[in-house]
Amino acid sequence: MHIHKYEKWWLIFGTGTLIVFLIVLGVSAFHGGTHPNNSKWTINYEKVDEIAPFNNPGIHKVEGKDWDYEVVLVAQAFAYTPMELEIPVGSKVRFIATTKDVIHGFEVAGTNINMMLEPGYVSEKITTVDKVGEYTIVCNEYCGTGHTLMYSTLKVVDPNDNSN
Amino acid sequence: MTTATKETVQSTVSTSLKKQLEMVDRRDGKLALAYIYIAFIAVLLGGIAGLLQVLVRAGTLQLPSFLNYYQVLTVHGVLLGLVLTTFFIMGFQTAAVSRTSGTFTNKQRTIGWIGFWIATIGLVAAAAMILTNEASVLYTFYAPLQAHWVFYLGLALVIVGSWFTGLAQIMRFVQWKKEHKGQSTPLLSFMVVVNNFLWYVATLGVAIEVLFQLIPWSMGLVERVDVLLSRTLFWYFGHALVYFWLLPAYMIWYTIIPKIIGGKVFSDALAKLTFMLFLILSVPVGIHHQYTEPGIDPLWKFIQAVLTFFVVVPSLMTAFSMFATFELRGRELGAKGVFGWFKKLPWNDSRFLLPFIGMVAFIPGGAGGIVNASYQMNELIHNTIWVTGHFHLTVASAVALTFFGTAFWLIPHLNGRTLTKRANSMANCAGILWAIGMTIMSSAMHIAGLLGAPRRSDYSTYGGSEQAAEWLSYQIAQAVGGSILFIAILVITGLVIYVGFFAPKGEEDFPIAEVAPGAAKTPAAIENFKLWGVIMIAVIIFAYTIPIIDIISNSPLGAKGFRLW
Repeated sequence: MHIHKYEKWWLIFGTGTLIVFLIVLGVSAFHGGTHPNNSKWTINYEKVDEIAPFNNPGIHKVEGKDWDYEVVLVAQAFAYTPMELEIPVGSKVRFIATTKDVIHGFEVAGTNINMMLEPGYVSEKITTVDKVGEYTIVCNEYCGTGHTLMYSTLKVVDPNDNSN
Repeated sequence: MTTATKETVQSTVSTSLKKQLEMVDRRDGKLALAYIYIAFIAVLLGGIAGLLQVLVRAGTLQLPSFLNYYQVLTVHGVLLGLVLTTFFIMGFQTAAVSRTSGTFTNKQRTIGWIGFWIATIGLVAAAAMILTNEASVLYTFYAPLQAHWVFYLGLALVIVGSWFTGLAQIMRFVQWKKEHKGQSTPLLSFMVVVNNFLWYVATLGVAIEVLFQLIPWSMGLVERVDVLLSRTLFWYFGHALVYFWLLPAYMIWYTIIPKIIGGKVFSDALAKLTFMLFLILSVPVGIHHQYTEPGIDPLWKFIQAVLTFFVVVPSLMTAFSMFATFELRGRELGAKGVFGWFKKLPWNDSRFLLPFIGMVAFIPGGAGGIVNASYQMNELIHNTIWVTGHFHLTVASAVALTFFGTAFWLIPHLNGRTLTKRANSMANCAGILWAIGMTIMSSAMHIAGLLGAPRRSDYSTYGGSEQAAEWLSYQIAQAVGGSILFIAILVITGLVIYVGFFAPKGEEDFPIAEVAPGAAKTPAAIENFKLWGVIMIAVIIFAYTIPIIDIISNSPLGAKGFRLW
C-alpha cells in the first residue's frame, strides 16, 4: 500500500505526540495519584441515614490520617446535607458523598472536584483546597424537576483574615 | 457502418447507459426519501425544543405549566441525537449502496421497508410517551429514573428497524462482491457496510440494557435495577453511537466532496483502512464517559482512555486526505504558492460549502474532545455545559452540516427534481447562519462550562450564587446563538420542502469520485471483514470483561424506580 511521504511524516509526528501525551497522563495518574473518583465503597442506599459516616453529615477534623478534614455529604432529591461547608484554606480534604435516591452530581463549580453520586455507591475525592473563595456546589446530573434547586456552598476561608 | 460511426453509436449508448447507472433507482429512492423526510421533521421539532431551552436558560422565557423543561430537553435529545441521525443515515446509506453497488432486489428492498416501518412505529410510541410526560428521563435514560416501558420499547424498535434496513444494505454489497470476485469493492458501499457492522456491535449494549434491565423493571416484573451496569452498557453503545453519526459524514467527505470539487479519491486503501480503524476503536472506549463514577477500577478507566485516544490516528489520516484532495485539485486548476489552492475551491457550491464548514468546526470539536477524554482534565468539565458546546461542534455542526449540504442535492436526485441556483444560494445562507450561530453558542457554552455551569439544567440562580450570576451572561449569549441557529433551521426546512415537492423537474447528479488513475490496488487484507471483525471483538472482550465482572460481583443493593418529574 502506498502512503505519501508527507502523510508518513504527519502520522509519525501525530502518533509520537499522542504517545508522549498519554505517558504524561499515565505518570500523572499512577505516580502522581491524580485519579478521578474511583471509590469501590458500596452502601445500602435506603439506609444511608443509619450508616456511618452518613449518620453525621458535615465537616470533621481528623487526626492521624493523610488529610486534615473529612467532608461527609448526603444528596437526595432535591437537596444536599449540609447546605454550607466552611474549610480553612490550605487544608487537605477528603470529600465523601453518596445519594439516598437517584443519580446526582457533586460538582464544586470551577474546580476539579467533580463526581457522580450513584445509589449504592460512595464517591470520594481527596484534594487540597488552596484558593480562598465561596464556591457553589451544584448537582450536574439530571435528577428530576427540582434538579437546579440542588446546591450547597463551600466556603474556603483564611482563618488569619479577620476582615469579615 | 464505418468504424467511426460505430464508435459514436456505441459511445452514445454507453453515455446514456452510464447516466442511467449513475441514477439511484426510483424504488430505492422512495425508501431513502421516507427516512430522510422523517429526519427533517425531527430537525424542525428538535430545533423548536432547542430554541425553547436557550431562551429559558437565558432567563427570558418561562415555559407554560403544561411543559416541563426536561420534557423539552428529552424531545431535543431524542429527536436530534437519535432520530435525525439514525433516519438520515439509513436513508443516505440506502441511496449510497443503490448508487454504488446497484439497485436493490425486491427482497432486499422489502427488508429495507420492514426496517423503516418498525423504526417509525417505535418512534411514534416513544414520542407519545415523551409528549404525555411519561418519559422525561432524557435520551440517556439514566436509571433509577423510571420512564414508561413503552418509551424504552419504542426506542428499542427504532434500533431494531435500523438493523433491518442496514441488513438490506449489507445484502446488496455481498451480492456485488459475488458478482465481481477479486475486484476492489466500491468505496462508498464498503464504508456503509463498515458503519453497519459498527452499529450492530454497538447497539448490542443498549439492547441488552433495555431488554433485560429497563423493560422488565419498568413493567414491574423485577423490582430493582443494577444502576452502574445499566450505565456501563449504555456507554458501551454511547460512544460508538457518535462514530456511527460521524462515519456517514466521513463517507461524504471521502467519496463525494472530491467529485464536487472536480478531484479524485486521494487513496482508496487509506480511506478503507481509516474506516476499519474506526470499527475497532469505536466500542472499547465507552468508559471514558464514566471517569468520575464510583465502582469502576482506575486501571480500566485508564486503559479505555488510551484506546479512546488511538482514534487520533484515523482522524489524522482523514484530515490529511481531505486537505491533500483540496490542494491537488487547486494545483490542477493552476493555483500557485503554499495556500493558493484555497481560492480555487468552489465556495459558491452549497454541496461543498456546508460540509466544508462542518470540517472546520470539527477541528475545535476534536481539540475539545481531547480535553474530555483526558482522564484528569475530564474532572473539570464533566457534566458541565462545556460538553454540550463540544458536541454541538461535532455532531451538530460537522455531521449535521454535512448531512444538510448533502440532503439538498440528494432529495432532488431521488425524486427527479433539481437543486436550483437560488436554492443553492439559500443553502449557502443557511450554512453561514449556522456557522455564525454555532460559533456564538458553542463558544459561550465552552467558557461557561469552564466556569462550572452544569449541562442538562433548567434556569436557576442557585440561591443567588455569585458564580451562577457570572454564568448568566454566557447563557444570554447562548440564546443569541441558538436563535440564529433556529433561523437557519427554518431556512433548511423551507429548502427541504422546496427540493422535495416544488423544485423544477430534472436530473440532479449523485456525485461519486473515482480513484486517482495509477493508484495501487487496495490490499485484500484491508477489505477482510473477518480479520477486522475478530480484532474488534478481541479488543472489546479485553476492554470490558474485567470491568463488567467487577461491577456485577461488587454490586450493591439495586435501585427501585423513581419518577421525579
